[in-house]
Amino acid sequence: MSNTYDPVEVTPLHADEVARMEAEAVAAIGAAADLDELKQARLAHAGDRSPIALANREIGALPPQARAEAGKRIGGARKAIGEAVAARQAALAAERDERVLIEETVDVTLPWDRAPRGARHPLTTLQERIADAFVAMGYEVAEGPELEGEWYNFDALNIAPDDPVRSEHDTFFVESADSGMVLRTQTSPVQVRALLSRELPVYVISPGKTFRTDELDATHTPVFHQVEGLAIDEGLTMAHLKGTLDRFAEVMFGEGIGTRFRPHYFPFTEPSAEMDLRCFVCRGASAVPGNPPCRTCKSEGWIEWGGCGMVNPRVLVACGVDPARYSGFAFGMGVERTLMFRHDAEDMRDMVEGDVRFTLPFGMEA
Amino acid sequence: MKFPLSWLREYVDLPAATAQEVAEKLTAAGLKLESIESVGGDIKNVVVGEVLSVEELAGFKKPIRYCSVEVGEAAPRWVICGAVNFAVGDRVAVALPGAVLPGGFEVGSRKTYGHVSDGMICSARELGIGEDHSGILILPADTHLGADVVELLGLRDDVIELEIAPDRGYALSIRGVAREAATAFGVPWRDPADVEPPAPAGESHPASIADPSACDRFVLRSVSGVDPAAETPMWMQVRLARAGMRPVSLAVDVTNYLMIELGQPLHAFDRSRLSGPVVVRRAGPGETLETLDHVVRELHPEDILITDSSGAISMAGTMGGLDTEISDASTDLVIEAAHFSATGTSRMSRRHNLVSEASRRFERGVDRELPLYASWRAVQLLVAYGGGTADTGVTHAWVDTEPATITIPADHPDRVAGVVYGRDTVVRRLEQVGCTVVSQGAGAEAPPADVLEGPVPPDPAELLTVTAPSWRPDLTDPNDLAEEVIRLEGYEKLPSVLPAAPAGAGLTEAQRLRRRVGRAIASAGYVETLSYPFMGERDLDGLQLPAEDARRRALRLANPISEDEPLMRTTLLPGLLKTLVRNVGRGFGDLALFESGLVYRPEPGAPATAPVLGVDRRPTEEELASIAAALPRQPLRLAVVLAGEHDRSGWWGEGRNATWADAVEAARVVAREAGVEVSVRADRHEPWHPGRCAALYAGETLLGHAGELHPRVAEAYGLPARTCAMELELSVLEALLPGPVKAEPVSSYPVATQDVALVVPAEVPVSEVEAALRAGSGPLLESIRLFDLYTGAQVGEGRKSLAYTLRFRAPDRTLTVEETTAARDAAVASASERTGAQMRGA
Repeated sequence: MSNTYDPVEVTPLHADEVARMEAEAVAAIGAAADLDELKQARLAHAGDRSPIALANREIGALPPQARAEAGKRIGGARKAIGEAVAARQAALAAERDERVLIEETVDVTLPWDRAPRGARHPLTTLQERIADAFVAMGYEVAEGPELEGEWYNFDALNIAPDDPVRSEHDTFFVESADSGMVLRTQTSPVQVRALLSRELPVYVISPGKTFRTDELDATHTPVFHQVEGLAIDEGLTMAHLKGTLDRFAEVMFGEGIGTRFRPHYFPFTEPSAEMDLRCFVCRGASAVPGNPPCRTCKSEGWIEWGGCGMVNPRVLVACGVDPARYSGFAFGMGVERTLMFRHDAEDMRDMVEGDVRFTLPFGMEA
Repeated sequence: MKFPLSWLREYVDLPAATAQEVAEKLTAAGLKLESIESVGGDIKNVVVGEVLSVEELAGFKKPIRYCSVEVGEAAPRWVICGAVNFAVGDRVAVALPGAVLPGGFEVGSRKTYGHVSDGMICSARELGIGEDHSGILILPADTHLGADVVELLGLRDDVIELEIAPDRGYALSIRGVAREAATAFGVPWRDPADVEPPAPAGESHPASIADPSACDRFVLRSVSGVDPAAETPMWMQVRLARAGMRPVSLAVDVTNYLMIELGQPLHAFDRSRLSGPVVVRRAGPGETLETLDHVVRELHPEDILITDSSGAISMAGTMGGLDTEISDASTDLVIEAAHFSATGTSRMSRRHNLVSEASRRFERGVDRELPLYASWRAVQLLVAYGGGTADTGVTHAWVDTEPATITIPADHPDRVAGVVYGRDTVVRRLEQVGCTVVSQGAGAEAPPADVLEGPVPPDPAELLTVTAPSWRPDLTDPNDLAEEVIRLEGYEKLPSVLPAAPAGAGLTEAQRLRRRVGRAIASAGYVETLSYPFMGERDLDGLQLPAEDARRRALRLANPISEDEPLMRTTLLPGLLKTLVRNVGRGFGDLALFESGLVYRPEPGAPATAPVLGVDRRPTEEELASIAAALPRQPLRLAVVLAGEHDRSGWWGEGRNATWADAVEAARVVAREAGVEVSVRADRHEPWHPGRCAALYAGETLLGHAGELHPRVAEAYGLPARTCAMELELSVLEALLPGPVKAEPVSSYPVATQDVALVVPAEVPVSEVEAALRAGSGPLLESIRLFDLYTGAQVGEGRKSLAYTLRFRAPDRTLTVEETTAARDAAVASASERTGAQMRGA
């Protein structure tokens, strides 16, 4: 560095000048009436283009021996200005908090419903919830057509040609009645499709629409929904069926809620059972004489939920699965019925009419 | 199946269990409790009396009697009675003052028809036994005076109703229920069919079976000299009434009684009306029969008939003919007991829409071995209560049948249940069911393997050859036997074991998309509805679909719920629009609804029938394809309809009515979830407004349409004016799913903004202008936004002004003004070239 230079007078760094800038700055800051004015004053007196900042840049022009003192002088002034800003900032912010924000008060209880509110149908979300319980157990969701071949809906499921359900009294037939096409009466044809198309072992759950020729009333609807499960593997037993449905009941209705099997008849399972759910409201207490009654289970302690059983080996044969090697179970339950007892929905018509008052409270998930 | 518990107790040594406990045990065994009705418990103070005198009171609208009745008290009682079917000396049931009748009805001493009535003479209905209200209940002449009628008639009882599964025909009888109850309680029982008819001396009325596929047992016995006026004993009447049957006459009551007790339907003919030998055969061409219900029925060639030389006299196991019906003069009766084909009776019953107690039993399976015994019991009862004489002959026609046997490894039930019952339990339970079990010894050679046989265990387990009893035609497969063992051991004893399923793959991309779409469209303010997938021609007319529109090609149901909606929907709109109208009618004018569901689109030229394949093996791929070819395409669609305000008015100011743009936006909401950008082209497509209809595309793939509905559609459906709708095919979107989103590097360099105002001819679609700007802008373009649309004097007639903001950004540097201006100019040049756009003011 050269030491042969011509010392220059640097006016802005004179002590008087610095004191003046500081005084002006502090005065302007003190005069700021609100936070906006304070911001202006800060920019003017402490910003990059403020006199004090410009003066600071001149320090480099001083001879080395003068720089320290000038720097100290400028630094002191900038610190004082900074403190004045901070103090004024605190004071004005406090004033704003106390006065201005109060003046800006609105009535936050005013209603606000400009945007329309939507919801998904609880039958849809309930099917998803049920499917999820099984997906968590390793099942996959299988699908099939709603308008189905008779062979899939009946024959392959060991439903004999003479079975009364195959009459127009129970089943919708595509014209003409010997078209071999029906609206599926159950989700079980998906079992057949799953066995025909998937590699063994098969663990699938299939929710969906089903059809029977009932007139719509409080407890019947010609179009309804079922969820059906199927597991085909080596060594599956009825104990596994019970374990699966007990687990499912617990996932849906809480710890300690299990199922009960009663012997029944279905062509596609043998042995077959009807499945009852332990009442999740009274937990069976209402069935004991002397205890308060329970609306949900009608004081029976159990709620009829669905049917189940070991897949009839005849079904496996029709699907090309070797019953000497594989066995398995199937189960199914009505979604409308589940909605009714899980949510106290009393009238089936509410579920099918599409009245927004029924659906909206369910939001995004039943 | 309804029966009084006392009837069951007659055959089973039931412990002192309540009806509820009995029913619960039966339910656990598979005979499900429907209801328990306690009857007679509230009846008090009804006693047997003898009518001493009858005074007919005149001057009333109906006959009124003033009677004195001896009830075993110090003096007779005087009672007013409105019935006339009794005479002096008859024994009757008298409700004394203070008596209580079923339903808590109290009888007092009261003045009526000018006299004090000191009690009441009861009809059967007033005592809660049956519906007969036509007259007073006359008791047998030897009934003890003053005896308590409740005790005498066994009126205090529990009536249990059970739901019987279709495979358990045997349980439609006291006999069958008694067997189950005895097993359930582990107590002995007596088989009501266990009677020993005397060795027959010759034939009764001649009979033969002409069609062995229709009937394999046919038994006739006869009774002569039955008193046609003989009364059915009171206990039998009470039991019949409790079981839900109306007492008719002794002969009919006896056949009904035995049907309930044994499960064997019986039919009584008047012998004097039979002409010639009886033959069981199928109906001939043009044959008719007038049945007991006075309906002349045209018979089908498959109908199973009982005939004599005059022709058909009865529809086998379903309903008798009128001509041979017993009358109140019949004295010589022929009792028929037979075993008819289950499918034959089932088809006949359905064909004629004629369900009887007999047909219900035959179609579920009746014990083949019962006819000889059941008919003998009928004869015994008619002799005992009708004063008849049993004829010694019996006609027994039969077809030889080999009882089916099933061979199973002794541990087959264990393997089905996942429980070790052990060989002895299996054999004991099967024997309780009535099976004959013969051991083939350990490791014995199995008979030729049937595909339905259970798994042959690696250790040669003992094989059991099981012969099902004659009353269990449902036991045909190894698993049927497994069910018997498991249910008798108790379903409640099955352990609960969660199987170790293999790890699954979770939901498919398409399944995840559907859930996402549902949530997104609901979050956008739409409420989901689930309409029935049915529609009618009228709905399609309402949509203004032209005659050749593909959506008119719909499948028709043979048996629709409503004749107005016989078709399977080809579009979701009719259901949604009707739901919208319903909601409007209920006072909701601002609506946004959506539905997602299948539509059914028959392919032109598809076969009219789907073959029904066999079940003895897996069908071939060709066979499966032949079903698939007949089935319609069933794509998944999603549609929305909206009317009224989509942005509500309120204290904040005016809202905004739903418009075509909301409908298009709904499509974008849906497509966005699939990662698909919707491009819009103006279209004319019913049911939309021809000037406000957007065709929705993903690239060159048509997804659907959106816009405002045609005013004619709104009129036809009764919709609010300017209702809007969108319908697209989710199945198409599913196929377009682009896979994982590719992350783009985020540039931290500043954005440079350029506004441009373009004037184009009014008919140029804005989407084309925007596409041209995009194409011309080059890679620096970050986004483009139309912020103003102007038509009017300043741009001139037939033109519109579009004002866009273009945002540019580079990934690696701050853009210079020159660069962004050049990009903008290129964009404008492109728009100018493609759409004739000019810079406004230029």
